[in-house]
Formats: sequence, structure tokens, C-alpha cells
Amino acid sequence: MSVYVETATAAKECGACPSTSCNTAHLTRLGIKMDDWDYVVALAGNPNTGKSTLFNAWTGLRQHVGNWNGKTVTRAEGALRYNDRKFKLVDLPGTYSLLSMSVHEEVARDFVLFGRPDVTVVVVDANRLERGLHLVLQTLEITDRVVVCLNLIDEARRNNLKIDERALARDLGVPVVPTAVRHGEGLPELLRVVDEMAQGRYPTRPHRLNYRDAALEAAVAQLAGQLEGMFPGLPNARWVALRLLENDESIIRAVREGTLGDLQRPDAFPELMQLEAR
Amino acid sequence: MTLNQLGVGRKATVKKVYSESAERRRMLDLGILPGTVVETVMSSPLGDPVAYRIRSAVVALRREQAELIEVQENFTADEMESRG
Ligand SMILES: Nc1nc2c(ncn2[C@@H]2O[C@H](COP(=O)(O)OP(=O)(O)OP(=O)(O)O)[C@@H](O)[C@H]2O)c(=O)[nH]1
Ligand SMILES: [Mg+2]
Repeated sequence: MSVYVETATAAKECGACPSTSCNTAHLTRLGIKMDDWDYVVALAGNPNTGKSTLFNAWTGLRQHVGNWNGKTVTRAEGALRYNDRKFKLVDLPGTYSLLSMSVHEEVARDFVLFGRPDVTVVVVDANRLERGLHLVLQTLEITDRVVVCLNLIDEARRNNLKIDERALARDLGVPVVPTAVRHGEGLPELLRVVDEMAQGRYPTRPHRLNYRDAALEAAVAQLAGQLEGMFPGLPNARWVALRLLENDESIIRAVREGTLGDLQRPDAFPELMQLEAR
Repeated sequence: MTLNQLGVGRKATVKKVYSESAERRRMLDLGILPGTVVETVMSSPLGDPVAYRIRSAVVALRREQAELIEVQENFTADEMESRG
């Protein structure tokens, strides 16, 4: 990957979009210049929803973008500064689920689960909302610091789709920001919300499914307690316990081999970093 | 009938998913559950895998996956009539 360091001015950033929607003067794209950071932001979402396009817009990097051949198979990292805060941005492979795994999906899941991002942006295709919401709800089981980026709103408009993003935000309990990332639309607002949430100034009330089963809850509580003993500091022990009860092979393996906690290490997937996009 | 028997361009409604454990989870995550409408989009040259449209995304399934999904083909009113 080539090193790209550039500072965006409002004019340069926004050549393609109407001036009213652009106010990115406070954004500085730092490329891979990343010695330290204040916050980590993960970009998750279904395949082909514009995650890498967003990553590039905010970091100035050139992650591959596009249909199929532009598929991201491993995570990429870049940085940006917004006002005086530095953000590390992590572009994840597309995934339909955090539960059933291809290797690429595992990269995304493990980062959201154990990488402890300060904010997870779930990028959703406004034209395939149902699919995106499945992943949003799964993500909300893991973290309450979620911003939904309702992308490809330009195409939705063309398809005569109207989405009531306020109702959606109310039901999900987290902010929903409509965007057309490729055209820069909605990006300043998205960044403002991400920044506020990273600082803990954006209260959320994540919608969570209630399993309503006393026996299940008791088993989960017991297992979660044991897991916390085995893996001190493990985030999301409850979620891991649910996966164990569900017979999730990759999680069972990680517990058995004692590698569950290792997933928190930033260099936990060296072999995956070697993977090339096909 | 099972999903692998659904012709290109035809639609059907999922009746039952027979896959188990991780494979079952996978199918549910792809949005394949009873009541879901699926459409066969195209078949690869060797007939396996086959691409299906499922909840507005195109998803490729291998034959052994599609064989475990019981469906009922959707016919239009006209088709019903001509079939008698
Ligand atoms: N019309 C429109 N197209 C967009 C928008 N954002 C992204 N795209 C296009 O959508 C395609 C996929 O974009 P990517 O950024 O590669 O998507 P991704 O989510 O990183 O995909 P994976 O890495 O496979 O998960 C590209 O052709 C983009 O140009 C948008 O707001 N509007
Ligand atoms: Mg990508």
C-alpha cells in the first residue's frame, strides 16, 4: 500500500458536492501516519456498502473499492484528525453476520468484539435495509457505541425509496446518519456524530433482543462468570457465553486453546494480513 | 421440492430449512427462513454453485446447501390457470 499523507481543505475535499452540504474544514486526513490516537473507530457492514469508500474519504488512503474485485478481505487501518482529536480508522471486510463465519467475516467479528473500538460505524445500504439491520442488531448486542451510516441514499432516492431515519434511530436507540459517501454527502454530519460518541457525549439506548428464558439466562450468567475468571478483562463475556451455548465452533476452539483473550492483541491476525484480495 | 430444483428465473417460498448447526446459522444469517421468497438468478457453468436473489442481495449457494432448503414454487395466477 502506498503512503499517502495529505491535508484536506474544505475546497479540495468537496470538489464534487454542493457547498451547502460540506463543512469539513476541521478534518485532516493523515493516511497511515498513526503513532498515537485518542480513539479507534471501526467500519463494519455488509459487503459492498461503501465502507472502503468512506475509509478513503476520511484517511486519504487508497483502499481498493468496487464490486467483487474490490472486496476487502483483511482489515486496513488509517488515521484522521478532527478538531484536536486523532482517530484511528479500521476498515473491516464486509459481513452479513457476526455469528456465522467465513475467515473474512471472522476478522470483522473479532475486531468489533475484542478490539474494543470506541465507536463502531455500521455502514448500511439504504436499498437493502433489512439485510443491514440484521447486522446492526447483532452489533448492538456487543456494543452500545454504534452509529448507523445509512449509505447509498442517492441510489435510494433514484429508486423512490423514502426512509424515515428518525424513526429508525428511535427504534434502534442509536444515531442514524444518511449519506452518499461517494459524493461526500452527509460526511460532515457523520464525522460530528462519531466524534461526539467517541467522547462519550452521545447517549444511546441500544435495542436489544430479550431472550425471555430464565434457564438460558441462568446458564449464560454462570458461563460468563467462568469465562471472566479464565480470561481476565475479557469484554463481552455474556456474548461469548451465548455463542458457546450455541455450539459456535470458532469460539469453542478459542476457549479450548486459551486464545480467546489473544484476539485483543492488535497483531492477532498476522496470517490474515498476508491475504491478498482475489 | 428443494431449492436446487428451482429453475432460473423462477421464484419460490421457503418452507423449511434442514441444515444444522453452523450451516443452519449461516442460512438464517443470509435471510433464508420459512416465508422468505427466493429467486434463482443464474447457474454457474458447471451448475454448482447457483446464484439466488434473497432479500435483495444475490447469494451463491452450493448444491448441498440448496438441497437442504425445502421450498414451494410461486406461480402467477396465469400459470396456475394454464396448469389446470
Ligand atoms: N451510488 C453510490 N455508490 C457508492 C456510494 N458509496 C460507495 N459506492 C460504491 O459502492 C461500491 C462498493 O464500495 P466499497 O467502498 O468497495 O464497499 P465495501 O463496503 O468496502 O465493500 P467490501 O469491502 O466488499 O465489504 C463501489 O463501486 C463504490 O463506488 C454511494 O454513496 N453512492
Ligand atoms: Mg471494502
